[in-house]
Amino acid sequence: MSAENAASRELTYSQAIQEALALAMERDDRVFLMGEDIGVYGGAFQVTGDLVHRFGEDRVMDTPISELGGAGVAVGAALLGQRPVFEFQFSDFAALAMEQIVNQAAKIRYMLGGKASVPLVMRFPSGSGTGAAAQHSQSLEAWLAHVPGLKVVQPSTPHDAKGMLLAAIEDPDPVMFFEHKLLYKMKGPVPEGYYTEPLHEARVRRVGDQVTIAANSIMVHKALDAAEQLAAEGISAEVIDLRSLRPMDYRTVIDSVCKTTRLVCVYEGTKQFGIGTEVAAAIAESDAFDRLDAPIVRLGGADCPLPYNPDLERAAVPQVPDIVAAVRRTVQGGR
Amino acid sequence: MTGVPSQEGVPAIFRRFSVPALHGVLRQMHLIRQFEEGAEQAYMRGLVHGTMHLSIGQEASATGVCAVLEPGDYITSTHRGHGHCIAKGAEAKYMFAEFFGKDTGYCRGRGGSMHIADVASGNLGANGIVGGGMPIAVGAALALKQRRLPNVAICFFGDGANNEGAFHESLNMAAIWKLPVVFVCENNQYGMSTSTERSTAVKRIAQRAVAYDMPGVTVDGNDFACVAEAAAEAVDRARRGEGPSLLECMTYRHRGHSKSDRNRYRTKEEIDAWIALDPIGRFEQTLLQHGLIDAAQIEALVADVAREIDDAVEFARNSPAPELSSLTSFVYTHVPGETAHVR
Repeated sequence: MSAENAASRELTYSQAIQEALALAMERDDRVFLMGEDIGVYGGAFQVTGDLVHRFGEDRVMDTPISELGGAGVAVGAALLGQRPVFEFQFSDFAALAMEQIVNQAAKIRYMLGGKASVPLVMRFPSGSGTGAAAQHSQSLEAWLAHVPGLKVVQPSTPHDAKGMLLAAIEDPDPVMFFEHKLLYKMKGPVPEGYYTEPLHEARVRRVGDQVTIAANSIMVHKALDAAEQLAAEGISAEVIDLRSLRPMDYRTVIDSVCKTTRLVCVYEGTKQFGIGTEVAAAIAESDAFDRLDAPIVRLGGADCPLPYNPDLERAAVPQVPDIVAAVRRTVQGGR
Repeated sequence: MTGVPSQEGVPAIFRRFSVPALHGVLRQMHLIRQFEEGAEQAYMRGLVHGTMHLSIGQEASATGVCAVLEPGDYITSTHRGHGHCIAKGAEAKYMFAEFFGKDTGYCRGRGGSMHIADVASGNLGANGIVGGGMPIAVGAALALKQRRLPNVAICFFGDGANNEGAFHESLNMAAIWKLPVVFVCENNQYGMSTSTERSTAVKRIAQRAVAYDMPGVTVDGNDFACVAEAAAEAVDRARRGEGPSLLECMTYRHRGHSKSDRNRYRTKEEIDAWIALDPIGRFEQTLLQHGLIDAAQIEALVADVAREIDDAVEFARNSPAPELSSLTSFVYTHVPGETAHVR
């Protein structure tokens, strides 16, 4: 469903999510929200805002601080055909609920031979840059992208946040929805009304022909900034917004790398075993491999917990100058 | 349905059942017993791989609770869940087919003993994770309440689960939201090898209910009437919208924890004492004593179950295995679009 013709106006990423939640609840009475302090408090990041006043406490349910139990309640309600949208206050707290996410939600359909579905959405505010240190700043999407049975998406714009969240709520399978906290205040055009965006397609955000930058979430914006600077130096970079991690749209990256012959993967999660690692491996296995004119580069999070000190924190994740430097080396180094 | 008339000495709960219904319960108990004995034999003969957890000796709690349920009610079950599955209405032949890993099995050969489920009859599944089904039952109860249905969710769990965080989070949420769920603890007194005495700070698991402001009772879990009576009270309460209850059924598994158990933690005397309290024999005695069944009827019923088991095993043996090409079927309900894959 496309909304290109619908009227658009500027909304923040956070407003776009809230609008999607409201539209989904208006449209389908099976949809309800669960989470810690999502009611009158409005959510730790004010994403649910005043929804409790519009939809009532039965549909915007404050849970106790019980991530494991809350996630399991969402699984059980989904099994009976309800459409819970469960908000984790921070994605880090998924660690408390991994049993229900990984052993139950992801596997129930398979274990039961296809005789049940778990149509739930879990929302994960994630990422660094808020000074919240090691237990409130992680990017754990690769953990969940590793698990068959889950779908994992990571919209980078207000437009996609709304459309992909509506698609996730419609989807019959468990969808893990990662939101970068620093994107919440970002503004962008968002169509009015109901529309969905696919949960399995990457997007080319900038066309270029010398190097492909494959990025996810907030790194898409850093990659776009880097590409702009590189253009001034005469380097033409193509920027791909992965958007969906599972299923991943490998084809779009492969086609791009076949054209540009170079690949830089940029992601905030720990570099090792990360999203860029998967992208790099997919390219190494694909027909793009023979076309490569330079080794693949991964720019990921540092090999340490996220630190508190702001300078250390910035140094722990890829920044625009890091991307510019890496791309420049890749393109100019040649082979 | 006309209930059993009240008379001196007949358990009051029997009034809730017709005589054929009570015979049905006895048949179910024998079906569970013979199913598990059959599964055990099949395991010995190499027809079942992996492991299994037998509930032989615990049939009264499964049947006592499920006897008071309606078709629209749900259960979540445990790794020791064959009895729950049968008591909620599953058929032995599809269960055997699942144990044999066949495509005709309830889970199309994907689940096996530990994930046996029959969603159509309201069983949301056994669970390989201790306590895994507990919040799921609470979620099922939430869904029932949201839809204003008159149904309940039953959460079977073992004594081992009462020390999992999921137990405490589940009971608390069920209580604060007054959900129609009954937590049924089958206390067989050992979490694998560790006795409740060594693992659990309270003497009775039902005492935990106090912390969640819900009724908690402990009953003789090997007595069908005791279980059914307590279950009926808890289920009726839940249906009236008065919230959850915790029901603890004291019972015992005659067999070990799983097939790897060398039984180094229980004495022969203890096991024999509990075998003497076998729930099936006791239920038969109660029925005989009050003239609700005769010996010939029991004999016929047991023979009928034996035939069903033989037929079920035959069905399972003759069923096709899943196609290897179907390995990744059922991971997702919907695989979006035509995602291109790596060469």
